[in-house]
Amino acid sequence: MPEVRVVNLTKTFGDIVALDNVNLTVRDKEYFALLGPSGCGKTTLLRLIAGLIEPDKGEIYIGGKRVDDVPPEDREIGFVFQTFALFPHMTAWENVNYGPRVKNFDLKAAGTIGHEVLELVKLHERLNAYPNELSGGMMQRIAVARALAAGAKTLLLDEPLGQLDAKVRNEIRYEMRRMAKDLNLTAIHVTHDQAEAMSISDRIAVMKKGRIVQVGTPQELYMNPSSLFVAYFIGESNFLEGIVSEASGNDLEIELRGGVKVQATGKGVGKGEMAVLVIRPEIFVVAPVMGKSRNVLRGEVKKITFEGTFVRYVIRLESQDYVVVVKPSLTEEWFDVGTNITLSFAPEKVHVFPYPEAGLLEEISI
Amino acid sequence: MYLAAVIVFLALILLPPIIGIFTKWSTLQQVFDQQPLMDRALIAVANSFVIALLVSALDVLAGVPMAWLITRGKSKWLNVLDTFADIPFIVPTAALGYSLLLFWNGPEGISALFGGSLISTGWLLIVLLHFAFSYPIVVRVLVGALLDYKMEYEQASRTLGAPPFIAARTVTFPILKPALIAAFILSFARSLSETGATFIVAGAFENGPVFLQNMKNEFSSGLVSQVAYEGATVFASLILIITSLTIFALIRILGSRLRLPFDRVWPSIERKLSYSKAAMSRNSVTLIVFVAIVLLPSLFVALPAFQAVFTGTLSAAVSGSGLWGDYWQSLLLSYLLGAIVTLISFIVGLPMAILIARKKFGKMPSMVMDILVNIPLIVPSIALGVSLKFFWQSFAFIPEFLLLVFAHLAITYPYFVRSMSAAFERISLDMEEAARTLGAKPFGVFRTIMLPLTKYSILSGAIMVFTRSVSETGATVAVVTNLQTAPVVIVNWVKGVVPATSLEIGLGCGLLVLLSFLILLLLRFVSRGKGRY
Repeated sequence: MPEVRVVNLTKTFGDIVALDNVNLTVRDKEYFALLGPSGCGKTTLLRLIAGLIEPDKGEIYIGGKRVDDVPPEDREIGFVFQTFALFPHMTAWENVNYGPRVKNFDLKAAGTIGHEVLELVKLHERLNAYPNELSGGMMQRIAVARALAAGAKTLLLDEPLGQLDAKVRNEIRYEMRRMAKDLNLTAIHVTHDQAEAMSISDRIAVMKKGRIVQVGTPQELYMNPSSLFVAYFIGESNFLEGIVSEASGNDLEIELRGGVKVQATGKGVGKGEMAVLVIRPEIFVVAPVMGKSRNVLRGEVKKITFEGTFVRYVIRLESQDYVVVVKPSLTEEWFDVGTNITLSFAPEKVHVFPYPEAGLLEEISI
Repeated sequence: MYLAAVIVFLALILLPPIIGIFTKWSTLQQVFDQQPLMDRALIAVANSFVIALLVSALDVLAGVPMAWLITRGKSKWLNVLDTFADIPFIVPTAALGYSLLLFWNGPEGISALFGGSLISTGWLLIVLLHFAFSYPIVVRVLVGALLDYKMEYEQASRTLGAPPFIAARTVTFPILKPALIAAFILSFARSLSETGATFIVAGAFENGPVFLQNMKNEFSSGLVSQVAYEGATVFASLILIITSLTIFALIRILGSRLRLPFDRVWPSIERKLSYSKAAMSRNSVTLIVFVAIVLLPSLFVALPAFQAVFTGTLSAAVSGSGLWGDYWQSLLLSYLLGAIVTLISFIVGLPMAILIARKKFGKMPSMVMDILVNIPLIVPSIALGVSLKFFWQSFAFIPEFLLLVFAHLAITYPYFVRSMSAAFERISLDMEEAARTLGAKPFGVFRTIMLPLTKYSILSGAIMVFTRSVSETGATVAVVTNLQTAPVVIVNWVKGVVPATSLEIGLGCGLLVLLSFLILLLLRFVSRGKGRY
């Protein structure tokens, strides 16, 4: 069964290292996302798995079989291109039937397969239209149907929703997952959109500059980012710099800029070291100014944005740092611009990382 | 400005040959009265078309794997191959014809190995000749198309289960069909038109242009009367023109309907054709064909040219004594003419190209102009020259040089407009609009956006115009009586009109080839770097 595994995979284009010694195992029947900013090597990795380009070094296994020397047509994969790459000289139906035909299935069998996959992508009309006459959503469905009809056991999707309108994109992404699950396929979905990756994947690999920085379920990545980069790239985060003033086990006391001391839990930093505190915008508890208590940051509301379900505040802290706070709009009290407030948080809900040698901006740069 | 371009086009290029033919309409009767002459003309014209069809088919067949090798191969030598593939294109065809004659037919060529002439003059040598000079055109067109082609289509086909050969047959080439048709048409038109070199290798065989050339010679030596000459010329030209227009119309209409066969696949055979052994032997055959049939014969003239260097012919040539005075003069005339024609094509052709590409006068008129501009391309050049001559004859005050310019302009103009309008079409209108919103005036947009983006196309268009003009023999001999361009001089030498030794002819051709090669290298040098957008 199609487990996909790559070992020590390296690929360079001239001087550019597109993929740097990457190891990854995608489990059988898993819906897996490769997530990262553009230029991180995710599409290169996908194309290597498909056999569209050849690695400089490393091994690729599909279903336990080494496929480095197997041409793409024999890897039993389906590839959906960002631009769909529907053959412009064939109708939608001919596109779907292309795979069965070049594999020399008889016409009747090919027709049956064609109808089955079209049923699956819920497309029955306009099959005699040429690709340039179809809408983006239809083209996307045809592209997926075409890959499925060719008998793919592993579906490789290169930004398959990138060309679609926001609304259509949100509808189709769940369909993609449903289809892959119904057919027991292994799917590898490349995207730069973290919301898309989070909402449909079993697991996600976050990539940066040719390397995989973390692999995990969406929850794991969100709750326990292993690096500042992942904390930055998955979801939204506030970053506050400080120095560890006390450390006992995982319990830390951090002195932020301006002298405010806060409690946090974290590993990997010792007393006297520079650290970065990562706080998600939704974990702050907001209250009007009160007396002294622990883990409190004071500040003033500088901006408020109503986003429907949520209200987003931009707060300037006493230390002159800015933080973003997100609160449900209907169940919580609102604070106007100019209001002085206090923000507090539970120590175990934040993350602490050592201050990166190259600097914070460089570390989270994409 | 656009209107002026249209008027210049109509007045200088399109209408004169049409009117020219009609002024001699009455002489046609002469031909109908002389059955043998008419038969001879008809057979010659038929030969032209058979040869052109054969050559173009062979060209596309041999050009496809070559273009594939150049664009898809990984060797760094491919760049050299790419440059070599251009040589027969840049060498004036008259020199090419002589070179081929020496190679296949001369006592020092390949024939020597077989004891005598391997291939005698006649249709087979003409086919070889036409193949050699039209092959680079086909390769150029196909290389361009393959470079522009979106690889994703082919990759999609591969991931859907097609081995490389099936992917190319069912996806890549069907998508590139317009380029295949364009390549076919170009080599077809070139084969129909070529006169000088064909005349050299034809022997007693006649195709259309050779027939016209022979008629002219027979008339000047008093073998046929003027009316018979004019009648036969008009008759042959007219049939050439009408038939070629019909064929091109047919190719256009049928071409778009024609679907390459992809309904069936033969996986086991085609899979074998896809991988290393077959690819290796395919590449080898491609290279052998190129070297043995195109490159070596084209450059064979270097041999006598080399000998000439050591026998004193060179010093005679350099001092300009004997027939060399005429030679240098003709060379000068050819390159001067080429430069002037290129310049005029640029000035008159550029607005026309924009007009067609940007549909300045609306959709229909632009399409009509597009078709009209291409007509001179598919009309055999000697027929074009003949009718131009008839037209401009009535204006006795026009100097012969100007006639030459007009004739060459009519022949080369479409090449320039075609390549430029294609280039402009590739530039998205957004680019122009962006420049306008940023404050550029229309001319500023042209100068700062359009020109820089198309400079590679301008250059390649100019190369085409220039080399075509330097090569042109058919129309040249048709319009002039006194002036001689370089190819005309070569033809006269080879044909013995002017007595010349084989060393002298060899050196004459060799110098022409060398100069052309230097110009090609120079242009490659100038246009390298980020010329392509």
